[in-house]
Amino acid sequence: MSALSSLVRHARSSRAVTVCATMLLVIAMISLIGPLISNHSYFAADFDNRMLAPTMTGGHFFGTDELGRDLLARTLSGIRVTLLVAVIASLVSLGIGVLYGAVAGYIGGRVDGFMMRIVDGLYALPFIFFVILLMVAFGRSMLLILIAIGAINWLDMARIVRGQTISLKQRAFVDAARLIGVSTRGIIFRHITPNLLGVVVVYMTLAIPQAILMESFLSFLGLGIQAPQTSLGALVSDGVSQMEQASWLLVIPAVALAVILLCFNFLGDGLRDLVDPKGNT
Amino acid sequence: MALLDVENLTIRYAGSASPAVENLSFALARGESLGIVGESGSGKTQAALAIMGLLPANAKISGSVRFDDAELIGAGAAVLNQYRARRIAMVFQDPMAALNPYVRIGDQLRRILLEHKLCAADEASARTLLMLKKVGLPDPERQYRAFPHQLSGGMRQRVMIGAALLGEPDVLIADEPTTALDVTVQAQILYLLRQLRAETKAALLLITHDLGVIAGNCERMFVMDRGEMLEEGTTRQVFATPDSDKMRALLTNAPTLSAIGMSGALPEGGDPVLDISELSVSFSEGRLRGRERLLAVRPISLTIQKAETVAVVGESGSGKTSLARAIVGLIPIDSGRVTFLGKQLPAAVSRRRHDSRRDLQMVFQDPLASLNPAMRVSSIVGEPLRVHESGRKNHAALVEAMLEQVGLAPELSQRYPHELSGGQAQRVAIARALILKPKVVICDEAVAALDGTVRSEILLLLQAAQQRTGLSIIFITHDLAVVRQISHRVLVMYMGRLCELAANNALFGRPRHPYTRALLNAVPSPDPNAEPANAPLPGEVSSLLRPPAGCPFHPRCQHAVGACSASVPEPAAYGGTIVACHRATELDLRY
Repeated sequence: MSALSSLVRHARSSRAVTVCATMLLVIAMISLIGPLISNHSYFAADFDNRMLAPTMTGGHFFGTDELGRDLLARTLSGIRVTLLVAVIASLVSLGIGVLYGAVAGYIGGRVDGFMMRIVDGLYALPFIFFVILLMVAFGRSMLLILIAIGAINWLDMARIVRGQTISLKQRAFVDAARLIGVSTRGIIFRHITPNLLGVVVVYMTLAIPQAILMESFLSFLGLGIQAPQTSLGALVSDGVSQMEQASWLLVIPAVALAVILLCFNFLGDGLRDLVDPKGNT
Repeated sequence: MALLDVENLTIRYAGSASPAVENLSFALARGESLGIVGESGSGKTQAALAIMGLLPANAKISGSVRFDDAELIGAGAAVLNQYRARRIAMVFQDPMAALNPYVRIGDQLRRILLEHKLCAADEASARTLLMLKKVGLPDPERQYRAFPHQLSGGMRQRVMIGAALLGEPDVLIADEPTTALDVTVQAQILYLLRQLRAETKAALLLITHDLGVIAGNCERMFVMDRGEMLEEGTTRQVFATPDSDKMRALLTNAPTLSAIGMSGALPEGGDPVLDISELSVSFSEGRLRGRERLLAVRPISLTIQKAETVAVVGESGSGKTSLARAIVGLIPIDSGRVTFLGKQLPAAVSRRRHDSRRDLQMVFQDPLASLNPAMRVSSIVGEPLRVHESGRKNHAALVEAMLEQVGLAPELSQRYPHELSGGQAQRVAIARALILKPKVVICDEAVAALDGTVRSEILLLLQAAQQRTGLSIIFITHDLAVVRQISHRVLVMYMGRLCELAANNALFGRPRHPYTRALLNAVPSPDPNAEPANAPLPGEVSSLLRPPAGCPFHPRCQHAVGACSASVPEPAAYGGTIVACHRATELDLRY
């Protein structure tokens, strides 16, 4: 995939992109390895040590919450869940969106019109209302959150991919493939999709923070992850209720969330500048 | 004493191993015309930009450019602006890119006058109008208020020349001023430049890859290659006794009509391979004011024999590319039939049978655009095999053999298209078209984007394939020298209609249609002793949306009579030639 490899090559030369990618990797690694070394678990309550402030000596570096659970362990667990939800939801929306957009864009005409009106219709659906209905009907679960976020995220991806496909299909190499006798499927999979990769990767890095925000938003409203499992959004929500007695319960997860979001946004912007210096995606 | 003196000019870009221009020294005297010739990447444009102070900031420049003994290298914008427009002005290759699309033509010129304080504010409009008249813009009052996109390419270039001459400069730098134009328009623009120069006595620095343009327009010249000057002298001297191998190669590969071409048509009665009958194509245009039909190809018939090359020639808007795309089925047709190997083909390529697709291939104009940037050379060339011969297993060996045939080293097979040069990329495209051993290949401007030497190699490659496999070729081009070199027969088109269909020798020796004659006249001859055409074909191609009544060519034709605007001439046979002209029998247009 030359589009991808050249993107990676360029990305190395941009400092913002390198720094953000490294930071995200480090955060992800810590959230994965941390629980293995820590002797606190994110769910074990300890009523002797409730509401401890962050300290460098007592073993609870980030303090504890109102049930005496270690905030460091909970934050790491929250990061893990948040990243997992965001990445999986974005991958799902990537798969659906790229395929849908490429098919609509390549076939064009009535099929394109019909497929894109479906997208418009889904855009018009009030998102929160849709999620609450899902939760009421099926109960709260991680899978449902993935479905809910994915159902919204792929719409943007489909539109972007469709636009790119329409410009790609006018290129002479697609005409050449048609003359050779390559089937429509072959053209979409072998000729169009690989050339979309650069744009898609960039859009993915911009879609992930959107998914993180959505997940946090749902968790904050109490529609997200079920306790004792937690996510950054759920931690912030808990923190808000304790904000006057124990500000660290709000500040620490909020800072973690902000850092992750900033990293993804800088990464996406940096990559977009590399793919499309004029910024007209 | 020299007016412009360039000494040891060297231009480097960070990150590039070799300099773009190295140790270039030349001088231009007052009123003189000097040509710079070189292929793409030779550094000729870089040198011109350095003189104008227009190089990007990351260019490292050393050496000196003195104008009237003032140093221009390193001078600030304020100093340079005292020289720009008043003393030195430049005409760029692409007038559309050089004009501001949002500003009316007249205002752009007026701004130059005001910005450089070339005249009093209240005279600016009148001076602008005068200049538009001088460069031959028809109806200058109306064009004054036109936006650049409303003008044709030739008219835009006239505006650019007018803009450059507003300040009555001592030196005019023209960088490939006619490369983007049709050949008859090129002749008009070169004629205009010669006229204006005779009047203003400005010195001319003419940059081009086309030896024909240099030969007719420059007293002195020098040759550049890879940033270095190879030789310098009077134009006659360099053409007559070239010193460098590069110049010799350029001369050998220079497009010329007098070169010995193909001997002429193949004997009649060969196997007809492809028969096109009364094919016509139109597009719908314009969304706002009701749909109009753009008649791209009016009914055209043509039969191609086995192992024959038929060239289709015409300027932009002649319908030659539409004809090619309609034959292969990439665009819908209005009427007509395409019969291939005795069987009528469905119009759309998607409905054509597999075997007809493998036997009818196409090579496109822009070699890079026609190769998938995400595929390696080996999979691009191998793709036709995967589609048509999925049963056979020796694809890799076939691809390797094919690459060797088109002169590509085997190690190139793992490259991506953007890692290839233009010539290599076109070889890959040709390899892809030939690997299934098709009966017919349609080449749509297949060598238009390539430099002279590479162009000759590609043409030889196609001819070799023809001799090997009896391939028939339809060669779409605007370049008459290429036509002369490779075709058995030639179809000349104008505004979607057939003008003339003749054997190579007949067409070049005795053109029968006035348009053919005008085309032949317009090609600049790479011979400094030849008289440049001083009566270029007037006017431009009419709008395809509103074609003139009668013969489409009659508004520009010096032989036109009443009948020409009354009815469309039907193609008729004269000897072996088919001509669509009311006066074909009476006119003698011998070349």
